[in-house]
Amino acid sequence: MEAIVLQLLSGLDGGSAYALIALGLTLIFGTLGVVNFAHGALFMIGAFCTVTLQRILTLSHTVIDDTQKDFLGNPLKVQVPYIQDWFGEATSAAIIDWSVPLAIIFAIPVMLIIGIVMERGLIKHFYKRPHADQILVTFGLAIVLQEIIKAYYGANPIPAPAPDVFKGSFDFGQLLGFEANRIIYPYWRLVYFGFATIVIASVFAFLQFTTFGMVVRAGMADRETVGLLGIDIDKRFTMMFGLAACVAGLAGVMYTPINSPNYHMGMDFLVISFVVVVVGGMGSLPGAVLAGFVLGILQSFASMREVIEVLPGINQVVIYLAAIIILLTRPRGLLGKRGVMED
Amino acid sequence: MGILEIKNVGKRFGGLQALSDVNLSVEENTVHAIIGPNGAGKSTLLNCLVGKLIPDTGSVTFQGQSLLGRKPHEINQMGVSRVFQTPEIFGDLTVLENVMIPCFAHRDGAFQMNAIRSVRHQNDIRESADQILTDVNMLEKRNMHAASLSRGDKRRLEMAMCLVQDPKLLLLDEPTAGMARADTNNTIDLLKEIKEKRDITMAIIEHDMHVVFSMAERITVLAQGTPLVEDTPENIKGHPKVREAYLGEAQV
Amino acid sequence: MFGLNAKDTRLLLIVIGLVVFAPFLMNPFPTDSGLAQFNAGYPDLMQRFVIFGIFAIGFNILFGLTGYLSFGHAAFLGAGSYAAVWMLKLLTINVIPAILISTLVAGAFALLIGFISLRRSGIYFSILTLAFAQMAFALAASVLTPITGGETGLQTALNDPRILDGAASGTGNIPAPALFGLEMRDSWDWVVGGWSFTFNAGYYLAGLFMIGAFYLSILIFRSPFGLMLKAIKTNQTRLNYTGLNSRPYTLAAFVISGMYAGLAGGLMASMDPLAGAERMQWTASGEVVLMAILGGAGTLIGPVLGAGFIKYFENIFSKINDNVLHQWFAFMPDGIENFLVTILHPFVGKGWHLTLGLVFMLVVIFLPGGLVEGGQRIGRLFSRKKKTDDSPNADTKPAE
Repeated sequence: MEAIVLQLLSGLDGGSAYALIALGLTLIFGTLGVVNFAHGALFMIGAFCTVTLQRILTLSHTVIDDTQKDFLGNPLKVQVPYIQDWFGEATSAAIIDWSVPLAIIFAIPVMLIIGIVMERGLIKHFYKRPHADQILVTFGLAIVLQEIIKAYYGANPIPAPAPDVFKGSFDFGQLLGFEANRIIYPYWRLVYFGFATIVIASVFAFLQFTTFGMVVRAGMADRETVGLLGIDIDKRFTMMFGLAACVAGLAGVMYTPINSPNYHMGMDFLVISFVVVVVGGMGSLPGAVLAGFVLGILQSFASMREVIEVLPGINQVVIYLAAIIILLTRPRGLLGKRGVMED
Repeated sequence: MGILEIKNVGKRFGGLQALSDVNLSVEENTVHAIIGPNGAGKSTLLNCLVGKLIPDTGSVTFQGQSLLGRKPHEINQMGVSRVFQTPEIFGDLTVLENVMIPCFAHRDGAFQMNAIRSVRHQNDIRESADQILTDVNMLEKRNMHAASLSRGDKRRLEMAMCLVQDPKLLLLDEPTAGMARADTNNTIDLLKEIKEKRDITMAIIEHDMHVVFSMAERITVLAQGTPLVEDTPENIKGHPKVREAYLGEAQV
Repeated sequence: MFGLNAKDTRLLLIVIGLVVFAPFLMNPFPTDSGLAQFNAGYPDLMQRFVIFGIFAIGFNILFGLTGYLSFGHAAFLGAGSYAAVWMLKLLTINVIPAILISTLVAGAFALLIGFISLRRSGIYFSILTLAFAQMAFALAASVLTPITGGETGLQTALNDPRILDGAASGTGNIPAPALFGLEMRDSWDWVVGGWSFTFNAGYYLAGLFMIGAFYLSILIFRSPFGLMLKAIKTNQTRLNYTGLNSRPYTLAAFVISGMYAGLAGGLMASMDPLAGAERMQWTASGEVVLMAILGGAGTLIGPVLGAGFIKYFENIFSKINDNVLHQWFAFMPDGIENFLVTILHPFVGKGWHLTLGLVFMLVVIFLPGGLVEGGQRIGRLFSRKKKTDDSPNADTKPAE
């Protein structure tokens, strides 16, 4: 029982990331009809927003500290972050410690701008081109973005730790009334799951309860008719692209403590996210979220030692296997609608 | 016993009974029109004939063989060709290639690897392709890209693609939809000419009464998924039930 | 000639000429000149040109003709490589069985994957092929280690059985793959003046296969079979209502292109008897997509050009480092020199992928027909100029 709960839990964080990326992909696909292979790159850029903020916060100047001496007896030179001069030692240390959550505030405008520029500058011209062209141009864009990040930040992963409060693990099992020390779960993963839930809920609420969202949903259902009503659907779709970029970016920002950002993390996630989207059903937002969690949990279960002993290597392939089975038995995915991408 | 026999066909989409208890017999070498107001189930019926949809109940037989459960290409190989409401042609290929493909299908069957023999060496295929293009007055356009043709030419090309297979039954789905009157008349003439030259049965689904009454020998009126009457054009014109269901709205 | 029309014959002869004279064409600069680094005439790279050419030609038979975008073609390349290395280990060090078996194994593998994947089209097909290839990659790297050598890869060893010519391993060295005694790594250098040209046995064998592969692809393009494949890309609905069953056509195209990939994999293993799982990774599948699109999908020569282009720049561009850049701009004032070097730095050397990505995007945006379309446009530009020169004659013709 504990084992099952543990696997369920550890499937949640991977599942959250899949769900968030797949949600963004589906937003773009559903509204704009564009298959965006650069979406993984947006996730990766989000993660590097954290790195950038960290670097900004720790921008330092050199100060000669007379109280400390090196082994020759000379005063020691120390790096002091600028923010320490402004806010004092305790506050600045706290700010740096909380740089990952703070990066959310930093990432939102950055990702919005990147998303809007991408849509206006490139994607817009591909609405009427075949899906294959869209895949190819965004694939090229993904390579370019990835290489720019690599050129600037290097090829090695850059660690971005979680705030001290959330470091380490805790005994989640005891909270649920199990024996002690049976279900140990890292704090940050729980935070990530909570964060993902909030983001997903806000996106759905936004689409459900605002006029803007209503127009967008109408546009997803029938773009031409909405255009005929005199509503400038294009502008709203641009905003949707920005929103999708934001969702991907935020997923990346918060993922950094789980997995140190590196330039190819976008591509790694993209492949699985596409599988997730297709399994969920192209164009279905609930489908994307559902499939994200289902596949995340499935992968976690497949990684159990007991399972691997019976079916060696299953943990490596379970997602793809599930995708193949679902696509062959339910051609439109779990919650897909008729007539999407079938030509 | 007609060439095409439709018996007790019914089809449901969710809560909508699109077709119920359709009985229809198309006699060989006739032009049979199926008319009816929007939503009467004309297109659903057609899709049930060509293998796109499978009816829930009833049977469809062509020359005594059941069509149910067969794939579109199998039904075509039996001698049933279909013309679409909006012309379906191979836009990226030339007019000649467009006509050659059905020639190959007619001669070689549904699948033929034949990878080594070059297209250029298929003289018999080219001859019959050229012949049909001459018949529809498109020979001089044979090397044009099909996508660049006018709408009327696309329609004629599609017709040629169907005819080159020498079908026994030609199904036409609103062949004059969205056409100007002059084009419509051209199409009627073309169809009449085809009918004179060959032994062919035609089933036409049509909105335009002008087309129907200038060609059809039998007319079936479909309303709300079920046949109302079937008779000759003369009798249909004066039929009170038809007036009520269909022509009534046109005469207002 | 060869059952082809004049235009195709010319194209085939050009390709034959390019393959035969590549050692000269690729080494246009004297060895001690500053431009020698642009020479690509060394065996390793030339082998890669033709082998990836085969891979791209095969991919193009599927994507260029039917429009089915496979994102998992590297799986067949990898399967072919493994099969070839196993043949070299078990059967004989002669490359002929290895190449034949690798093609067949990849074909069988493609039949299996294609049979399942082709039940769907569009993006669903792409994702299915991607999923299969990723599965193959993951399994090859982990569970199938006894067959694939896992992450270190599979290679020939001294104590391999080699039942047909076991004696060859008696020399104390691991025998190198050979064609009836002619080792694939054998090269013959010809030094003329400042130039040095290398003729490599493996390259010419692979080149021969590429010419054959190219010839076969011309035949397929011009055959009724190829016409059906093009029809599938244009309008599958019409094809079905024309009495043709599209499934066996797409499956045949898929298997043929899988066999091409297997042939490429077999040749790769024959040149260097080592096969690793990374050959199956989706980035490798992406690479062949890039090659076909960059060169011009759906054209005969495009994929070959694309493969050559990418492999050339991968090797040559990536060798340009800051020192080389400084040498180039040495004649400029220091400030400008440093500025230019800084600007160009991210695009060369390790950053050449950035250049590739940009070029690829530009091609997709402005030249959907790839380099071939680019060439045609330039050609048309010149021919139009010629026409305007002749315009007085043209005007005298009666109007139609």
